[in-house]
Amino acid sequence: MIRFDHVFKSYPNGREALHDVCVDIAAGEFVFLTGRSGAGKSSVLKLITLLTRPTRGTVMVNGQDTSELPSRAIPAFRRRLGIIFQDHQLLMDRPVYDNVALPLMVSDTRFRDIDKRVRAALDQVGLLGRERASPAELSIGEQQRIGIARAVVARPTVLIADEPTGNLDHGLAREVMQLFRRFQDVGVTVLVATHDMALVREFAQREILIDEGKVHVGRSLGGASQ
Amino acid sequence: MNAVSTYFSRHAQALVAAFGRIIRRPAGSLLTILVIAIALALPGILWLLVKNAQAAAGAVTSSLELSVYFKTDTAIERAEQLAAAARQRKDVARVTLVSAEQGLAEFREYSGFGAALDALEGNPLPHVLTVEPQPMAASPAGIDALRQHLETWPEVEVVQLDGEWVKRLAAILDLARQAVAVFAALLGLGVFVLVGNAIRVEIGARRAEIEVTKLVGGSNAFVRRPFLYTGLAFGLLGGVTALVLLLALTELLAAPVARLAALYGGGFILVGPTLLEALALIGGAAALGWFGAWVGAARLIAGIEPKS
Repeated sequence: MIRFDHVFKSYPNGREALHDVCVDIAAGEFVFLTGRSGAGKSSVLKLITLLTRPTRGTVMVNGQDTSELPSRAIPAFRRRLGIIFQDHQLLMDRPVYDNVALPLMVSDTRFRDIDKRVRAALDQVGLLGRERASPAELSIGEQQRIGIARAVVARPTVLIADEPTGNLDHGLAREVMQLFRRFQDVGVTVLVATHDMALVREFAQREILIDEGKVHVGRSLGGASQ
Repeated sequence: MNAVSTYFSRHAQALVAAFGRIIRRPAGSLLTILVIAIALALPGILWLLVKNAQAAAGAVTSSLELSVYFKTDTAIERAEQLAAAARQRKDVARVTLVSAEQGLAEFREYSGFGAALDALEGNPLPHVLTVEPQPMAASPAGIDALRQHLETWPEVEVVQLDGEWVKRLAAILDLARQAVAVFAALLGLGVFVLVGNAIRVEIGARRAEIEVTKLVGGSNAFVRRPFLYTGLAFGLLGGVTALVLLLALTELLAAPVARLAALYGGGFILVGPTLLEALALIGGAAALGWFGAWVGAARLIAGIEPKS
């Protein structure tokens, strides 16, 4: 599902973010990506979502070698991913409904189907009935759930979350993780970048630890070891 | 079928949303629309002036006549045959043959040289054809063509047109028409740049939204679409406003122009834009808006990538 094969990533300022990273994440797996700030977690996520390309090595996502993907194919590639951010990245001048519908709008889904799927996604995150609300009226936790609904509405095969619980208290963070587990239960591959070790321990999934751009350990607390 | 209807409903939605965005920012939008309208109305006004001047000149040229003087040894029967041939032409409205005898009689009657003419041994005057071109053939080129044809007859001594000034007027109008075209092209370019710039400003203001849209898989074409429709809407509204300005101006000037024409003994009526011209104005304005937005948006949007 996701494979990093001897991946190196250096930025124009000379900083080497990843050094010879080899990672395998199977379809339907739930994996935590851990490490200090600046360790290279974000670079891994950027490579998966094609926000950047590797300096050397191969990144395979959904069976596609991303280095061979032309720029014009990137939108279609991203539509198969669900991406969740710590800062939600919501359109604050649009209602909840429009935010969640965005991935379906960009893929030219029929309006009738959009309506069904948006309501289903909002139901999954407990926000059904708040379609017309502005994200600004909602709490931080609810905003994060809008982001999750948006990430899953197009039924992605891979769900990628970058510090999704960074702004949440422990209770809300647990709720979010439980949501991710539910998506994993229906076959979605989930990759969560976090430094909340308490959550990692509590949810006992495979952990990929990155430090100074290198994978130091791929330990399993509940799933398969790398 | 579903894909097609989804495609068109997406575009219709983008157009409605574009008008919505324009309405939500009334002050800024109104300024942009007014600038577009004025830029389009200026060449429009000049075009109307030229068009009306051409109509006025046309009325003058349609009363022009060509005088065809035959050689003095041409028989009257041959002159009559040639007059009949001239009447067959589509570009000829009326032909009058004045025989040498009729000419001499008229000259005798109106000149006061009757006694002097008696002293002449023969009639020195030739037969003369007066040829009046059809109004639609009364352009300088049409008159020239007719004149050249008449000059090919071997019996003809000279063909005379007392209207060189018509050619000059037509040349001036031609020059004015070309000047209007250049002026319109320059102001059209201005509209193009104006819309492109307005769209670039809007893209700058919506950069975060564009980044999020691209992050969830929005293609450049998808992101560009609402901006293109905004450009189209600006063009359409600017074109309609320009048309309203032109119609208002025509209405305002119609009465004074009619009074002026009456003073010169004419019945000239100021003509406004035709339906076709009105549609061309609005369609051209919409196209300028669309392409201006395209040029303003295409590269800028392609260069925006999500940062997260």
